[in-house]
Amino acid sequence: MVEISVKARRGSFQLEVECVFLSEWTVLFGPSGSGKSTLLRIMAGLDQPAAHGDEQARISLDGQTLTDSANGFAISPGRRQTSLVAQQPSLFPHLSVVANIEYGLRHLDRKTRKTRVEEMLELVDANALVKRRTRELSGGEAQRIALARALAPRPRLLLLDEPFSALDGAASDALLARLENWLPAYRVQTLMATHDATDAFATHAAVALLMDGKLEALGPANQVLAHERQRLLARIGGG
Amino acid sequence: MDWQAFALTLKLAATTTAILIAVAVPLAGWLVLGHSRWRGAVEAVAALPLVLPPTVLGFFLLVLLGPRTMVGRFIAALLGHPLAFSFSGLVVGSVIYSLPFAVQPLVAGFAAVETAYVDAARLLGAGPVRMVLSLLVPLARRSVLAAAILSFLHTVGEFGVVLMLGGDIPGATRTVSIVLYNQVENFDYTAAAQTSAVLFALSVLALGAIYAARPGGARRG
Repeated sequence: MVEISVKARRGSFQLEVECVFLSEWTVLFGPSGSGKSTLLRIMAGLDQPAAHGDEQARISLDGQTLTDSANGFAISPGRRQTSLVAQQPSLFPHLSVVANIEYGLRHLDRKTRKTRVEEMLELVDANALVKRRTRELSGGEAQRIALARALAPRPRLLLLDEPFSALDGAASDALLARLENWLPAYRVQTLMATHDATDAFATHAAVALLMDGKLEALGPANQVLAHERQRLLARIGGG
Repeated sequence: MDWQAFALTLKLAATTTAILIAVAVPLAGWLVLGHSRWRGAVEAVAALPLVLPPTVLGFFLLVLLGPRTMVGRFIAALLGHPLAFSFSGLVVGSVIYSLPFAVQPLVAGFAAVETAYVDAARLLGAGPVRMVLSLLVPLARRSVLAAAILSFLHTVGEFGVVLMLGGDIPGATRTVSIVLYNQVENFDYTAAAQTSAVLFALSVLALGAIYAARPGGARRG
């Protein structure tokens, strides 16, 4: 369970979100510039609302406070058991594929690390990429390795910021299907930001609709995105 | 050519460079990654030797490390001899004098590393030390090389600080720059030309190494 109460200003843009995410998988749906990435970065602890003015953030995960700006409290990003996969994979270019996935597993012994890396490569269907240099990976391949790197430490909360933008529809659906099985098994709550309605309908996730920095609706996809669904069906029918 | 002075100069430059890299890498990492309100002040202090005349810096250090101050007396008691007019004193002076030549390329190089890499490492639990060693140093390795070569060369060419702090003691504080000065003072222009040629060649070689290592440098085309 993730509880969020965030007020943040970035230039003229105002983000104001107060909600509780109960579903294991929630899609944060909204057009570009609606505040999805800002919200995810605040949740990950990478972006802190100012401790003064009208900004504030209070975020908790399963009852544990991660951020409480009113009291100047914030757990550092690496200690939140939270992973964020952004649209740009940002794999460390000087490290191998395996070293990238292992980066967050320093606390584990060598044997466990090796097993975990193999498990992650299997999960994202990237066994064939092990021998490749990080710089040689395509956008979609790099996104899969970035996902493996983020999941390797087994976070409690996974934040996905349009992470499958470089994958084609079939590859994206296959990966989503694998994740839908794997994430609940390890009790990883997931929040996936997207502006693509097909991503929202590809899973059985709840959908949070974010418009102009405000949360407009939260519920099942076919209710929250009824209008988007009609639009997509009309396009298919008309095409 | 005074080869004893040449060897002493290389020893001084190598020692200074090693100390500077050990000091400047964590300092630059702190300046780039840190959020302390003292960052601006520390960066300004680290840049001070750039604008301070070397003779002034040498004089300050001579007084500070001499028997007139508590610091100087404490060091003399600790080492059994004062730092002024010794090789160790020259190392201290050179490290302070060349500090900006190590810190500034490192800060520029570390700051140029994409924020997305730093964010990813933070999320994966990397602390500042790991962040610097596993991410910033390898990704900014050309800046580390530039910092090392600039520190080395700047120390080789040092004159004012060395003369004020170390004097001209053969085998202990007489460096090539002082030898060159002595040769010119004695109107021995032939020897001075040889000494200058060696220093010039060393500088050109080192500069060539820096540009060869830069992606847009000597290799382009």
